[in-house]
Amino acid sequence: MKPVLSLENVSYSYHNLKSETPALSEISFQVKEGEFLAIAGPSGCGKSTLLSIIAGLLKPEKGTLSFGSSCRIGYMLQHDHLFEWRTIYQNVILGLELNKTVTKENTDYVLQLLKDYGLYSFRDKKPSELSGGMRQRAALIRTMATKPDLLLLDEPFSALDFQTRLTVSADIGNIIRSTGKTAILITHDLSEAITLADRVLVLSKRPAMVKYELPIHFEIDRTSPLAIRATPVYQTYFNLLWKELSDDLSDNEIN
Amino acid sequence: MIFQTTKSTNLTNQQAYVLAHKKHHHRVTFFRLLILFTFLFVWEYTTSVGYVDIFFFSSPTAILRYLYDMIMDLSFFRHTGITLLETIASFLLVTFFSLALATLLWYRNSLSEILEPYLVVLNSLPKSALAPLLIVWLGTGSKTIIVAGISVAVFGSIISLYTGFCQADEDMLKLIYTLGGNRKDALFKVILPSSVPMILSNMKVNIGLSLVGVIIGEFLAARQGLGYLIIYGSQVFQLNMVITSIMILCAIAMGLYKIIQTLEHSYKKKTNTLNR
Repeated sequence: MKPVLSLENVSYSYHNLKSETPALSEISFQVKEGEFLAIAGPSGCGKSTLLSIIAGLLKPEKGTLSFGSSCRIGYMLQHDHLFEWRTIYQNVILGLELNKTVTKENTDYVLQLLKDYGLYSFRDKKPSELSGGMRQRAALIRTMATKPDLLLLDEPFSALDFQTRLTVSADIGNIIRSTGKTAILITHDLSEAITLADRVLVLSKRPAMVKYELPIHFEIDRTSPLAIRATPVYQTYFNLLWKELSDDLSDNEIN
Repeated sequence: MIFQTTKSTNLTNQQAYVLAHKKHHHRVTFFRLLILFTFLFVWEYTTSVGYVDIFFFSSPTAILRYLYDMIMDLSFFRHTGITLLETIASFLLVTFFSLALATLLWYRNSLSEILEPYLVVLNSLPKSALAPLLIVWLGTGSKTIIVAGISVAVFGSIISLYTGFCQADEDMLKLIYTLGGNRKDALFKVILPSSVPMILSNMKVNIGLSLVGVIIGEFLAARQGLGYLIIYGSQVFQLNMVITSIMILCAIAMGLYKIIQTLEHSYKKKTNTLNR
């Protein structure tokens, strides 16, 4: 089967008048349909640049980026950025409005999503009336409303407190899994990467290269992050990833 | 004594808080009025006993008498009305032009970069320097005065609205682009709706500046209006006329400001009640 997304030797640098800062160097990987890929790396390594390139907000300077049959992309940012001047319903149909596809079929789909994720009774409320977890779910519905083939999650849980973060990431992981969406999650939280993803890529420090790749497989049901975190396999995965990441960290400290 | 203690223990903390708040509020109002009445009293007293020359400084009763005469011969309504109309006209035009131009500048980034030095010069130029030119170009009358009113407020307003537009959250714009929107969508879905409070507070500044411009215009190019009365009164040593006009101006300035403030409050209230 053709991959949903494949990157070949993608490089990108930031420029200013004085100098050039390479951010990505020769990145290559593929994402299969229905796969949940996590990308981890030290902070400031160019993870977000990579997502911006995939989302089409930046053009790669070198290398190619190719998509499967269709390439509708849903992007979920670190903060939910729900607009305070709109109700929850108006917020989640924003993508439909922008694509001029506010049809009965699509709004029915959105209403169904609101029902499924427990936000239906809040559809006429303002974002400030919702809890952090609910807001993040609303942001996910806004992303899903346009029926994207590929979800890009840019540290979507990092602004939440630890407790909310555990439940929300489990929630959103389950939603994505149950709908069979293909997703790429960017995170610096290894536990999150292991509990959610089918495969983890570790990027090196800047300029980022794909340094390590780890397929994740659990014997038990993936819906409960706490049960997963209690398994010995989890610990093994964690140690493997931690070692790869901390190699870079110690390099940083020596420099 | 016993009654008092039971009363005070009956007060909940909430009631005590509300009471303290009210007390504070009353005290502020009291001192405000105290300043006003002391001023009026000292003014009236010193002029009536002759410490201060009533010819140059007028007095509260003289002003009231003059105001009464103005209302009776209807000149009050003509002069106040024309100043008010000119101010509102120039305020509306300022609001329209500055919103339109600030939007255009935001929409076309390079345009704002090109025009920046011109805006800075026009904004810092004392607009009263332009008034003689305006008279030559547009003649004397309302047209000149409205343009003078616009010229005082419009450049600063463009700059502050544009600066406000540029402070919109980058990530919100990114969100629009990732959902398939373009710059026009970003303008109508993010920039303008998120700027409503900023636009309203900008309007509060503009209404005051428009009034300043209109009065400058009336000083130089009018046969009616409060600015004209002030200049004319000073030339014929009718200080009652001058000071009464200034008092009416104070009232107008306060009234116009209050109108915009009410608008701002009702907007805030609307967004807040929807929040509940």
